[in-house]
This record gives sequence, structure tokens and C-alpha cells, in this order.
Amino acid sequence: MNVLAAVGEILVLIGTFFYFLSALGLIRMPDVYNRMQTSTKSATLGSLGVMVGVGLWALGSDFGSVAWLTKTIVIAVFLLLTNPISAHTLIRAAYKSGIPLWEGSVVDKYAEHLMSKTEKSEIVEEEGDAE
Amino acid sequence: MIGINVYLALIAIATLLSMYRVFRGPTTVDRLVAVDIMTTITTGLMVLFALYYKRMIFLDVALVYAVLAFGGVIAFARYMEGGL
Repeated sequence: MNVLAAVGEILVLIGTFFYFLSALGLIRMPDVYNRMQTSTKSATLGSLGVMVGVGLWALGSDFGSVAWLTKTIVIAVFLLLTNPISAHTLIRAAYKSGIPLWEGSVVDKYAEHLMSKTEKSEIVEEEGDAE
Repeated sequence: MIGINVYLALIAIATLLSMYRVFRGPTTVDRLVAVDIMTTITTGLMVLFALYYKRMIFLDVALVYAVLAFGGVIAFARYMEGGL
């Protein structure tokens, strides 16, 4: 076992540990917004660790080649790009379908944003009536 | 290569924990969030299996699985929003 395999194994260990933490956050957190917040971030980081770690580990083993590292980096970059998009879309769907926030939540920026937009449109409509 | 069994066991525990949220979750979006995390974890599992069996072809399976899971989650989210 050489240095590359050792570094890859450590990265895989970190990645799987973050997978475990994301599943734990999925259980522990009180409502759907907090669950998405904890689990998506740590699952993305864990994916990066596992993919790059497997690439380095295979490169350091006797059967490995550079193609392993290339393919795993392609998968890692794809997950890094698409995981936040799917999380954002899911949570916007949750908000629009009317799931309430946890009672301990103190700030709701999206509601304030929607409120300011409606106020602006009302002001514009009133000015239009005055003219 | 012995340590890979430990990592596979950690991933199995994580998948079981998210499966609990799939069955338990009070709303539909809760279950969808859990399925989304489970697909991400399963992609990592497939990459680890490629190393376990020393077959590079399994990496292509993981890539295709990631693409299809992304499309599926987006479609479900649009459906929940009422826009599909």
C-alpha cells in the first residue's frame, strides 16, 4: 500500500462518515426545511470525498489506471452541480405547497421577499389609478 | 482493502436511517427529501462497489444513475409545485 492508496482510503473514510451524518440529520431535525439543510450539504461533501478517494485509492492499487480518477472526478463534479439544484427545487415546492415552518424558526426571508413584491405591485397599481 | 467493508457498513447504516424517514415522514416532501439523499448515497455505494470488485464499468453505472436520479427528483418537485 503506497501513499496514494492511503490518502484515498482516508478520503473515503471521511466521505462515508459525512454520509452517516447526513442520514442522522435527516432523522434528528424537526421540519422538512432543516432536514434538507443538513442532509444535502453533508451528502454533497461526502460524495466529493468518496468519489475522489476511490479514484486515488484505485490509482494507488495494482489494478488501477488514470481512467479511474478521471471518471470519478466527472461523477463528483456532476453531483456537485446537480445536488443543490434538486434541493432548491424540492424545498421551493415544499414552501409553495404550504408546509409550515417549525415553531422555533425565527426568520422567513422568502415570505418577506414575497410580501415586498406584492407591496410594490400594489403601490404601482395605486399610482396608475391616480394618473 | 479490508477497510472497505467498514465503509460499506457505514453506507448501509446511512441508507437504513434515511429509509426510516421515507416510511415515517409526515409530509410527501419529507419522503422526497429522504429519497433524494438516498440516491446520492447509493451513487457513492456504486462507486465503492466498483473498487470492491475491481471493475471500472461500474463507474459508468453510477454516472447514469446520478443523471437519472437528478431528472426524477426534478420531475417530482415540479409535480409537487403543480407545474408539470
